[in-house]
Amino acid sequence: MSSLKYRTIKDKTFFYVTCFLASLTVVPLFAIIWELIKKGYKQINWNFFTESAPSTLDAMLARNTGDIIPGGIANGITGTLLMVVLAAIIAIPIGILVGIHLSEHPKTKFSYITRFLTDLIQGSPSIVIGIIAYAWIVKPIGSYSALAGSVALSIMMLPLIVRSTEETLKMLPGSLKEAGLALGASYTSVILKVLLPAAFGGLFTGILLAISRVMGETAPLMLTALGSTTINWDIVKPTSAVPLLIWEFYNDPNLIDMIWSSSLFLLILILSLNIIAKQIAKKWRIQ
Amino acid sequence: MVITNPILQLKDVSISYTPGKNAVESVSADIAEKQITAIMGPSGCGKSTLLRAINRMHELYPDIKTTGEILLNGKNILKTNPMEVRRMAGMVFQRPNPFPTMSIYDNVIAGYKLNGISLPKREKDELVEQSLKNVGLWDEVKDSLFKKGTFLSGGQQQRLCIARALSLKPQVLLMDEPTSALDPIATNRIEELLLDLKKEFTIMIVTHNMSQAARISDYSMFMYLGNLIEYDETQKMFTNPSDKRTEEYLTGQFG
Amino acid sequence: MRDIIFKRLLSICCILILLISAGMIYSLVSGSLSAFGHYGFFQFIGSTEWNPHPDRETYGALSFIVGTLLTSFLALIFCIPFSLPVALFTGEFFRGKKIASFISSIIDLLAGIPSIVYGLWGFYTFRPLIIEMGVNAQGFGILTSSIILAIMIIPYASSLSGEFISMVPNELKEAAYSLGATRYEVIRSVTFPAAGSGVFASYILALGRALGETMAVTMLIGNTNNLPTSLADTGNTMASIIANQFGEADGLKLSSLIAIGLLLFLITAIINLVAKLVIKKLN
Repeated sequence: MSSLKYRTIKDKTFFYVTCFLASLTVVPLFAIIWELIKKGYKQINWNFFTESAPSTLDAMLARNTGDIIPGGIANGITGTLLMVVLAAIIAIPIGILVGIHLSEHPKTKFSYITRFLTDLIQGSPSIVIGIIAYAWIVKPIGSYSALAGSVALSIMMLPLIVRSTEETLKMLPGSLKEAGLALGASYTSVILKVLLPAAFGGLFTGILLAISRVMGETAPLMLTALGSTTINWDIVKPTSAVPLLIWEFYNDPNLIDMIWSSSLFLLILILSLNIIAKQIAKKWRIQ
Repeated sequence: MVITNPILQLKDVSISYTPGKNAVESVSADIAEKQITAIMGPSGCGKSTLLRAINRMHELYPDIKTTGEILLNGKNILKTNPMEVRRMAGMVFQRPNPFPTMSIYDNVIAGYKLNGISLPKREKDELVEQSLKNVGLWDEVKDSLFKKGTFLSGGQQQRLCIARALSLKPQVLLMDEPTSALDPIATNRIEELLLDLKKEFTIMIVTHNMSQAARISDYSMFMYLGNLIEYDETQKMFTNPSDKRTEEYLTGQFG
Repeated sequence: MRDIIFKRLLSICCILILLISAGMIYSLVSGSLSAFGHYGFFQFIGSTEWNPHPDRETYGALSFIVGTLLTSFLALIFCIPFSLPVALFTGEFFRGKKIASFISSIIDLLAGIPSIVYGLWGFYTFRPLIIEMGVNAQGFGILTSSIILAIMIIPYASSLSGEFISMVPNELKEAAYSLGATRYEVIRSVTFPAAGSGVFASYILALGRALGETMAVTMLIGNTNNLPTSLADTGNTMASIIANQFGEADGLKLSSLIAIGLLLFLITAIINLVAKLVIKKLN
C-alpha cells in the first residue's frame, strides 16, 4: 500500500496537470484571433466593404509598388447575405414546425423516425450536402447558383433548428399549454400565441446558432454557388461568399494578403453571432 | 343526500389511462350550484383525474378514455365541442401558471385573446378591473398592469390565474389543489377568496388537505382507488362518516 | 377546422424531412451507380489506383478511405490529452463555478471558428513548426492535418463528456471519499467507470465530426492520390478529394467522386448511430 504522502502528491499533481492542460486549450482561440488581427487589420477600410474583390493583375501591381491591395470583399458579403437569408427563409419555418410536431408527439413511431432522420442529416458531412445540392439544383438548372448554395445551407440549418425548437418547447411547463386550452382556446392558437412566444428566446438562440454555423461553410458552396467576381443578386446565377473568397485568395499568390482581413471579418461576424446567441439563451433561461 | 337543481351531474363516469384499467370507476354525483364541493382522497385515488374530465383536459392525451355522461346545465359536455366546454368550466392548476410572455392585463383577458374574440378597449378595461377585484388583486397590481405576470409572488400569481379563469364567466370553477404550491399566508388568502367567490360561482376543488376541505367546502367527496366512497355535506362527513374507509382516512389512519 | 389544417401542416413538414433524407440517399446512390457498375463495388473500395488519364481512366477509393480514417483516428488520439482535462475541469473540479463556464464558453467558441480559418492558421503557423521538426520538407501531410483536426474536435469531445462526468451522482463519490480515497482515486475508480460509456460516446461523436471535416484538411494534407503509409506522408481524405476535384470532374470521375461521397456519408452515419445507441442505452 502506498503511503499517504505519496498519494497526496499524486492527487495534487493530477489536479495541476489537468488544470494546466485544460487552460492550454483556450490558447488556439486567442492565437487564431491574434494572428488574424495582426495580419489583417491594415487591409480593413471603407473600400473593403464596398468594393468587389480585385483582379490578380491589380493586386500584383499594388504588391509591386508596396501599396495595400485595392478592392474589398463586397461581392462576398452580399453573396453570404443573400444565401444565408434565403437558407434561413427555407429552413426556419419548416424547422420550427417539425420541432413543434416532435415536442407535441414525442413518442409516436413517426416522431422517432423523423428524429432519427434529422440526426442523420445533421451528422452528414457538409461536403456531402454540397454534392446533394449539386445534384438537386445545379444539374437540373445547368448552372451553379446562389439558390443551390442556399439549399445546401438550409439542409444544414434544418436539423439544428428542429432540435433547438423541440428542446426549447420541452422545457416549457406542460401546465402552460393546459392553461391555454382550459380557457377554451383552440390548439392552434395555444401553440402560436402561448407556447411559441414563451419559447421565443430559445428559438431565437437556436436560429442564430444555426446561422453562425453555416455562415463559415466553404466546402458545400464550392460545389454549388461556385463564386463570382462581381456582386450578384440573381439567385440562379453563380454567387460569391466570404468563405469562398478566402478560398480564392488562398489559391492566388497575388491576392494572398487579402485572406487575413476577410478571415478576420468572417470570424468576428460568426463569433459575435455566437456570443449574442448565448447571451440571449442565458437571459431567457433565468426568466 | 339529495341535491336539488344541480348545475353539474356526473353519471357513471369512468376514466382509464390504459385499456381495461380504470383510474376512475363509474362515479355518479350531482354538484350543487354556488357551493363549494371538495374532492378528497389519498394520492392516486383519481380525484384530479375526475376533475380534469369535467374540463375535458384528458383529450390532450390520446390514451385516456372517458365514458359516461357529464351534464352541465343538463347538456352532456362529453358530446359538446371541447373548446366551448372549457370556456364554461374554468380551471385553476396546482402550480400558478400565468402566461410568461403576457402582461398582467393580457393574462386576465387571455381567454378572449386566445379565442380570437376582440373586445372594445373600454369593455376590456372593465373586465380586467372586475376580474382582478373579484380575486382581491386589483389594489396590489393596478399600477403595474402592464408588467409581466411572472413578476408577482406565487400567491398573487395564483390569484391572477383565478382571475384569468373568471374573466370568461364560467359556470363552474374547477381547482386542482390550487394552494399546494403556496405558503400558509397565501393559502389563507385564497381560501377566503373562495368563500367570497361562491356567492357567484360554483366551485369544485381537489385537495388532499383535509382541514382545508373542512374549512371551506359545503359538500365533500371522498375517493379511494378510483371509487367515490362517500359524498355528503361536509359537516356530516367530518362528524359522522358513514363509511369505515372515510373514517380511517379522516382520522389519519392511511393516505 | 383550423386545428386540423395546422396539424396536417406539422405532419407535412415532418414528411418533408423524410423526403429530404430519402432524396439525399437517392441522389448519392444514383450518382455513384455508374462508378460502381464500371468497377464493381468491392473493386472500387479496394483499389488504390486514381488515374484520370483519358485512355486508362481508373478510380478507386481505398487511398482516401485510409486517409480519412487515419487522420480522424489520429486526431481523436491527439485530442484526448486536452479534451479529457477540459471535461474534468468543467464537470468535476470546478463544476458549477464561474471559471468552468468561462472555459467551456471559450471552448464552445472554438467550435464556431470556420474550417477554412483553421486551415489558414494551420498553414501559416503550424506548418512551419512541422517543417522545423523535420517531419517532411513541405510540412503538409497526415500529421499536420491530424493535429489541426484534433484542435477542431476538442469542443465536441469535451463538452458532452464534461456533461456526463458532471452527472455522476454525488452519493457515489461521497461513498469513496468516506473510505479515505483522494480525489484522484475517486475520479479513477468511481467517476470514470460511472461516466465511461458517456465519455466514450462523446468521443465517437467527435470522431464523426473529424471524418467529415473538409477545408482545413484539404489545405494541409498535401493532396496527393497515394495510399499514405506513415505520419509524414501526404495524401487525401474522402472529403478533400471531393473538394479538390469535383469542380472539373465529369463522367466516370464525377460518378466516382459521388461514390466516395456516398461512402463518407455511410461511414459517418454508422459512427453517429453507434454513438447515439451508446447514449440511448445510458438513459
